[in-house]
Amino acid sequence: MRHIISVLMENEPGALSRVVGLFSQRNFNIESLTVAPTEDETLSRLTVTTIGDDRVVEQITKQLNKLIDIVKVVDLTEGDHLERELMMIKMKANNGTVRAEIKRTTDIFRGTIIDVTPNTFTVQLVGASSKLDAFIEALGTSNIMEVVRSGVSGIARGEKVLSV
Amino acid sequence: MELLSGAEMVVRALRDEGVKFIYGYPGGALLHIYDAIFTQDDVEHILVRHEQAATHMADAYARATGKAGVALVTSGPGATNAVTGIATAYMDSIPMIVITGQVMSHLIGEDAFQETDMIGVSRPIVKHSFSVQRPEDIPEIIKKAFHIAESGRPGPVVVDIPKDMTTPTDRYEYEYPKSVKMRSYNPISKGHSGQIKKAVDMLLAAKRPVIYSGGGVIMGDASDELIALAKELGCPVTNTLMGLGGFPGTDPQFIGMLGMHGSYEANMAMHHSDMILAVGARFDDRVTNGTDKFCPTAKIVHIDIDPASISKTIKADVPIVGPAQAVLKEMLEQLQAAKTKPSAESLKTWWEQIEEWRGRHGGRYKTDDSKQMKPQQVIEMLSKVTNGDAYVCSDVGQHQMFAAQYYKFNKPNRWINSGGLGTMGFGLPAAMGVKLNFPEEEVVCVTGEGSIQMNIQELSTISQYGIPVKVICLNNQSLGMVRQWQDMNYESRHSQSYMQSLPDFVKLVESYGHVGIKVERYEDLEGAMREAFAMKDRMVFMDIAVDPFEHVYPMQVPRGSMRDMWLSKTERT
Ligand SMILES: Cc1cc2nc3c(=O)[nH]c(=O)nc-3n(C[C@H](O)[C@H](O)[C@H](O)COP(=O)(O)OP(=O)(O)OC[C@H]3O[C@@H](n4cnc5c(N)ncnc54)[C@H](O)[C@@H]3O)c2cc1C
Ligand SMILES: Cc1ncc(C[n+]2csc(CCOP(=O)(O)OP(=O)(O)O)c2C)c(N)n1
Ligand SMILES: [Mg+2]
Repeated sequence: MRHIISVLMENEPGALSRVVGLFSQRNFNIESLTVAPTEDETLSRLTVTTIGDDRVVEQITKQLNKLIDIVKVVDLTEGDHLERELMMIKMKANNGTVRAEIKRTTDIFRGTIIDVTPNTFTVQLVGASSKLDAFIEALGTSNIMEVVRSGVSGIARGEKVLSV
Repeated sequence: MELLSGAEMVVRALRDEGVKFIYGYPGGALLHIYDAIFTQDDVEHILVRHEQAATHMADAYARATGKAGVALVTSGPGATNAVTGIATAYMDSIPMIVITGQVMSHLIGEDAFQETDMIGVSRPIVKHSFSVQRPEDIPEIIKKAFHIAESGRPGPVVVDIPKDMTTPTDRYEYEYPKSVKMRSYNPISKGHSGQIKKAVDMLLAAKRPVIYSGGGVIMGDASDELIALAKELGCPVTNTLMGLGGFPGTDPQFIGMLGMHGSYEANMAMHHSDMILAVGARFDDRVTNGTDKFCPTAKIVHIDIDPASISKTIKADVPIVGPAQAVLKEMLEQLQAAKTKPSAESLKTWWEQIEEWRGRHGGRYKTDDSKQMKPQQVIEMLSKVTNGDAYVCSDVGQHQMFAAQYYKFNKPNRWINSGGLGTMGFGLPAAMGVKLNFPEEEVVCVTGEGSIQMNIQELSTISQYGIPVKVICLNNQSLGMVRQWQDMNYESRHSQSYMQSLPDFVKLVESYGHVGIKVERYEDLEGAMREAFAMKDRMVFMDIAVDPFEHVYPMQVPRGSMRDMWLSKTERT
């Protein structure tokens, strides 16, 4: 199963490499990983999506918790949560039909065209990873020139918070 | 307040932490620190001949005392030479501080002379590491390093210090923190009472219980609690290689080591048990054998301070996270307060079965089929001559397994060996580290002619400081453990498992000023050994010729269950 694991860690040099190293050292898989500072400048928030059975994911959270720089770990997929990823996608758009089609699909997915040239469109799309996948599928890969995705960020629904 | 340089702060912090010895080797990046060492007498520096030995000395001190040992190595090759020692300590959860020199901060990343990214290199084999960025942080970093290394599940900590952090002319106010608090690190101090209650109910109901204890009982100082609990329950106790000495080897309730080279009765008891109480042991693959066939009828209670050890390889029915000492104590209290007792009748039947196993195959080896001395005989003699009270520091190979099987350890912290990494070359420096700190105790290194040559240069350190350890070299003229596997799995094709061109060990050690004794016949063994131990202030090397064809048995059949064992070259369960 796919899991979204959220981590609060000390904003220390080397902390990120310990997390990444742990995943490769213990043969855990990383689907995506994002990290950025939080409102508290001493802390960074890291989100990692991974795929594994219960035993593996239990080991991942336990091993992450052991890292000294890590303050809190939560598996967001254990409860109700929101998940968002940002994608920017550059596509060939060199005739009227294609341009119209991209525009229509972008509207349906509530994306935004953020850059235009006579031959290309660049679209920005935000949503769960599966929505971004669906967008790519809807447009077909033949027109795609470049895709960049931010990786998943997640947060629990309701009043639950991840803080120190 | 006193003003100290970064270099002086390092040494002062070690003093304030109560460190008596540090083991190390100098180099460019450490020169300021070595100068600071020169001008004080609180902390004594032991100059090894190879940095690996420094780490093993520090590690062995920790294994004997539970307190972190300290090694000091320079940047680049000094630091990389320490890697094996750090990994050895990491695999066995041993507290250790390794201070590594580093090039000047402004040179980091430029492939400067003797630059190695030691934080990066050591990352997978440390509990934590620090890189000093400001000299004034040194006292707090060292305090944190000890705190992290020694608490919770212990482990090695690297402190990397760029040379410019130790400049003698830059001076700072020094105060050693009394304690440190870290919001991201709070080791647990007690187990969950509800979980302990569940375990106690299971223990009271069990008909065929076994206690399986490991290194966590030794490092967690929980041997007394383990003995008390085992006495209350009256059940059999088996130890892992790392747990030996946690329960007295001569106690009738002790059924020996378990696992790959565990005793017949221990592996049989585990396989047939209905309840396993695992304490400070990590269900290592050398213990469980095939995990899908592991102890099919047993319910498992697992006490461990590290939640990640629980249900990692074998699922626990009742997990208890906490220090062995506190958990076992509470367990005993709950047991004593319980209204029922374990059924005496089932226990009696269980013991009859175990005694039958013990009688059938327990601890036997053949002495009659060759004129050669058997390695097992040598260890039994060592156990007799030292009354099971010596610190026995072992290298890695067949000799290690014979020592584990035939030396009767009656006290914890006295069996000192590399289990998780299996580091050949560990034994001699380990013995040196222990002897320096316990000069009145008998300290032995059990080794093979292969392993001893991996750190033999330390004979020189022994001369310099007068460290009278006793080396028992089981000389089978081969990499015996490798050869055994080749005999069993590769039709005796002995690829590279011979030790050709062995030195004359007696002459070799004599050239360093030590005493060498060669023993070739069993009749001479006891006399020679007593003579060796009588030389209290000399390092004595006993080069003992043993049967080169002997194998270690029992040996579990790969991927089988715990009870699937070879019992001799021809006999299988
Ligand atoms: C040639 C060779 C052959 C070997 N054959 C065998 C064999 O036949 N049998 C065998 O047993 N081993 C054998 N080993 C050793 C094996 O590789 C492992 O090192 C060993 O089994 C691990 O022992 P352990 O389970 O006690 O764990 P350790 O590595 O000692 O780990 C200790 C465990 O206790 C926990 N702990 C630490 N402190 C505390 C505390 N205060 N309270 C509670 N828990 C704590 C830790 O979290 C950890 O889970 C062999 C090694 C070699 C080199
Ligand atoms: C540093 C290192 N290299 C290789 C090994 C693999 N190995 C395990 S036991 C062994 C042979 C040890 O020979 P010796 O010290 O003579 O002991 P014996 O088995 O003969 O008693 C080897 C090569 C190891 N454990 N450590
Ligand atoms: Mg040998």
